[in-house]
Amino acid sequence: MVDVPYDAVTDVPPAEVAEVDLYHPRSWWTKYVFSQDAKVIAIQYSLTATAIGLVALVLSWLMRLQLGFPGTFSFIDASQYLQFITMHGMIMVIYLLTALFLGGFGNYLIPLMVGARDMVFPYVNMLSYWVYLLAVLVLASTFFVPGGPTGAGWTLYPPQAILSGTPGQDWGIILMLSSLILFIIGFTMGGLNYVVTVLQARTRGMTLMRLPLTVWGIFTATIMALLAFPALFVACVMMLFDRVLATSFFMPALVQMGEQMKYGGGSPLLFQHLFWFFGHPEVYIVALPAFGIVSDLISTHARKNIFGYRMMVWAIVAIGALSFIVWAHHMYVSGMHPQFGFFFATTTLIIAIPTAIKVYNWVLTLWRGDIHLTVPMLFALGFIITFVNGGLTGLFLGNVVVDVPLSDTMFVVAHFHMVMGVAPILVVLGAIYHWYPKLTGRMLDDVLGKFHFWVTFLGAYLIFFPMHYLGLLGFPRRYHDIGEAAFIPSSAHTLNAFITVVALIVGFAQMVFLFNLVWSLFKGKPSGGNPWRATTLEWQTPETPPGHGNWGKELPVVYRWAYDYSVPGAEQDFIPQNQPPARRAAQGALP
Amino acid sequence: MAETALTNPAQPSAPIAGWRGIAADWSSDQRAFKNVSWGKAMMWIFLLSDTFIFSCFLLSYMTARMSTTVPWPNPSEVFALTIGGTQVPLILIAIMTFVLISSSGTMAMAVNFGYRRDRVKTAALMLITAAFGATFVGMQAFEWTKLIMEGVRPWGNPWGAAQFGSSFFMITGFHGTHVTIGVIFLIAIARRVWRGDFDIERRGFFTSRRGHYEIVEITGLYWHFVDLVWVFIFAFFYLW
Repeated sequence: MVDVPYDAVTDVPPAEVAEVDLYHPRSWWTKYVFSQDAKVIAIQYSLTATAIGLVALVLSWLMRLQLGFPGTFSFIDASQYLQFITMHGMIMVIYLLTALFLGGFGNYLIPLMVGARDMVFPYVNMLSYWVYLLAVLVLASTFFVPGGPTGAGWTLYPPQAILSGTPGQDWGIILMLSSLILFIIGFTMGGLNYVVTVLQARTRGMTLMRLPLTVWGIFTATIMALLAFPALFVACVMMLFDRVLATSFFMPALVQMGEQMKYGGGSPLLFQHLFWFFGHPEVYIVALPAFGIVSDLISTHARKNIFGYRMMVWAIVAIGALSFIVWAHHMYVSGMHPQFGFFFATTTLIIAIPTAIKVYNWVLTLWRGDIHLTVPMLFALGFIITFVNGGLTGLFLGNVVVDVPLSDTMFVVAHFHMVMGVAPILVVLGAIYHWYPKLTGRMLDDVLGKFHFWVTFLGAYLIFFPMHYLGLLGFPRRYHDIGEAAFIPSSAHTLNAFITVVALIVGFAQMVFLFNLVWSLFKGKPSGGNPWRATTLEWQTPETPPGHGNWGKELPVVYRWAYDYSVPGAEQDFIPQNQPPARRAAQGALP
Repeated sequence: MAETALTNPAQPSAPIAGWRGIAADWSSDQRAFKNVSWGKAMMWIFLLSDTFIFSCFLLSYMTARMSTTVPWPNPSEVFALTIGGTQVPLILIAIMTFVLISSSGTMAMAVNFGYRRDRVKTAALMLITAAFGATFVGMQAFEWTKLIMEGVRPWGNPWGAAQFGSSFFMITGFHGTHVTIGVIFLIAIARRVWRGDFDIERRGFFTSRRGHYEIVEITGLYWHFVDLVWVFIFAFFYLW
């Protein structure tokens, strides 16, 4: 930071908001447990999400064991298999990825990147985490209740979700719906904070068009979540009533075991509409923060400004808006008027345009850049490739005529794991390698990191690439045991066994990463405040890790965008956002 | 939750009108909504999100009502009261609506006196608003009791489609919960106004932020929203 008296700079507007009072912790409890500091809340969110995510990882191993070696593991019966896929999906999408990107990265990075001392409502922010934790505990408790967790599939489609015959009909589904309602309440408290902080609490000179793309991604995703989660909230409340009070919102007249049930007149399709009005934006709630973060990783580690910054911002906003009018492409096989199918296929394919803009811009950022193959960069590159891969199969599934035969096959599993499973997780991992030095003041070990990357990246391809082929063969998803089917060649079973072995290896390789996180906390190489020589504000904090209130006495003043890398004529190959222009610095030196 | 939002008196330029002004605000630094405090911005965005919840509830109800194959109970008969031997349709709902709309009036007056820093009148008007709200919830409880006595249940009713009872209890219940939360907030804020917390800018216990009379307006925003939602419920459920 160049030492310039702020008054000397005339072209940065004066502060509009007086300094706020932060809550100052008075005890160990209010400092580390019931903390109102966004950075502590971020770590609490991240650790909770990771813990429940590891449960989901173990569930995926159990599923793969059953699929790879059907009949070998007697402790996995058909009901349990359905429970495993349900819990795996729900945990990974909502309790891990959504919570980690918005609650974890959002809380940590937004105040630091926009130059705020904290979120605007630290107390509400704290409540957000505790309600989230409660939601996770309610979810986890379903493993221990009579009947176990629900096995309805993560989409929870009625009527089967609440009928006997679906595992977890007693308590599992009730607790799952309750947990989702709690999650949404908790998320709303946090989400309001993120949005208002970005809109109303930026530091002097930080215009919206100077925000790092990470903030743009998280910000847009949060707005989408605030508008999409209500649909899930309503769907959960109504299904809870159907289950507990025997209302018939989603339940048509049914005959079960020869007996007419008390339900009648409800619409299962209504649930699907509500669910996917949430469910499709949810895909981008997970993807947009990843888009934003990966843009910053690429720009920093290629020492080059992001290509087409404004286009990148508008592409994020356009994807966010479009994702609200594509939801029924998840329902092509549910029975719809063909013209609706045409409409939703068209909007779905239109989303490919802003998405392609983003991919081209990432590639053009790399073009003739000074690429450093650091671990975060490797993960970012892995993301681009994987995302393009998963996105291309999305074009197949977005078309009605191609989707109908591929629906409910392994092709779909391969598609969404590539595009919203592996790709965002690669970004999460890359982002952890990138920002870990800011959290701890120490670098993660490079050799372990590279090992972790290559095993994860190549392993993910070995796992999910063959699934496309299985899907084209017609291998169905969600089946406990396919048995002997004429259209499935025996080689498919060999392939399944192969996938399982790789999945176990890749899963265990994540332990290397966890070891790295703990080991580097104590033994890692000290990083200093700005190890990647990055421009954004979080790297310019006076302390590392940043102290309470982030910025010491004076808030930073921003003079430039976030991507001044390799500027011709500059002393260094990066210029921090809060470094005044040379002309101003010279003026400031005058009395 | 009120937040300091002092506009710098040295702010050089006057606000620009129209779309150019909006563009100027959004491309400026620090704040996208000039002169809007954090608390007020948060309440507006929360209400936007809540709008989606009520919209989903109402759309689901409309879907059920339009697709049902059995008759829908006639609201003007179901929601009628027999007064002095004559059946008056929708009379209770009319009174409830009148009470709730009136409470919006007293709330607006409370906001006005709040900004004049008239401690006593503000607190009194907020309590009147809360009393109107409590009256509304009380009458709703009466209506629920009446319908339950007549045999309406979430899973069925004597007159037709089962979704009538389930939608009715769910939507009015969710709205009633909003009103109840509003009443609790009104009483809590009125107490702080009465005590003079906002005159001395006493700090919040949990937040350690200074309190301001603006919180009266923010509570008012929520209250007016709840009233507005009722108008839609009234129109779509009772008048349809």
